[in-house]
Amino acid sequence: MTPLAAIPLWLALPIAFLVMLGATLTLIGAIGFLRLGNFYDRLHAPTLATSWGMGGVVLGSLLLATQVEGRVILHELVIAFAILITAPVTLMLLGRAALHRDRSEGSTQLPDALRHRRSSETAENSESDE
Amino acid sequence: MSAAILTFALGYAQLVLSLAACVAGVRILRGPRAQDRVLALDALYIIVMLVFLVTGMQLGTMFFFEAAMIVATMGFVSSIALAKFLFRGEVIE
Repeated sequence: MTPLAAIPLWLALPIAFLVMLGATLTLIGAIGFLRLGNFYDRLHAPTLATSWGMGGVVLGSLLLATQVEGRVILHELVIAFAILITAPVTLMLLGRAALHRDRSEGSTQLPDALRHRRSSETAENSESDE
Repeated sequence: MSAAILTFALGYAQLVLSLAACVAGVRILRGPRAQDRVLALDALYIIVMLVFLVTGMQLGTMFFFEAAMIVATMGFVSSIALAKFLFRGEVIE
């Protein structure tokens, strides 16, 4: 624990706050993930972890590494950037896949407006559906 | 003083994040359909990446940062591959 003792108090407080905020938001997102009833509702819960859950931990880690090494360390931002870009892509694709599966099985969970393809969507999907 | 604050905060973060990982694991086991399990696996990847980052801060080594980056990248690739699989039943066409 020697590197942690060398951190000044004015920096230790924001680092502790950011890390605890990030961890708590991630837990809240995970609990919502367990409790929400529908897949399309559940799709929103992990975004808590990928936005400020990840952001808090990464910012805390960045501040700590910068203080310990004695120079500005920005490596952590690479992770933050990668997650910020990839998480929406994954969730969007998963949502489309679930919609596709629910439609092809005629699921009753879907609202009426989503049960059938709109004409604009049919044109865009017809070449890729073979 | 600052060592005590940071030790408490990092320990709390590790505890809370591992609880979140357990909750995501419950969803993987229970998830009624395949897409729920894939979504839970994606969430689990992110949570494990955060655990790696917090452990790296606690131990003061760069090693966990690289592991976290690889987990983040591979999590994205595997989630995309599984989502494609749910779409078509095959990954590479």
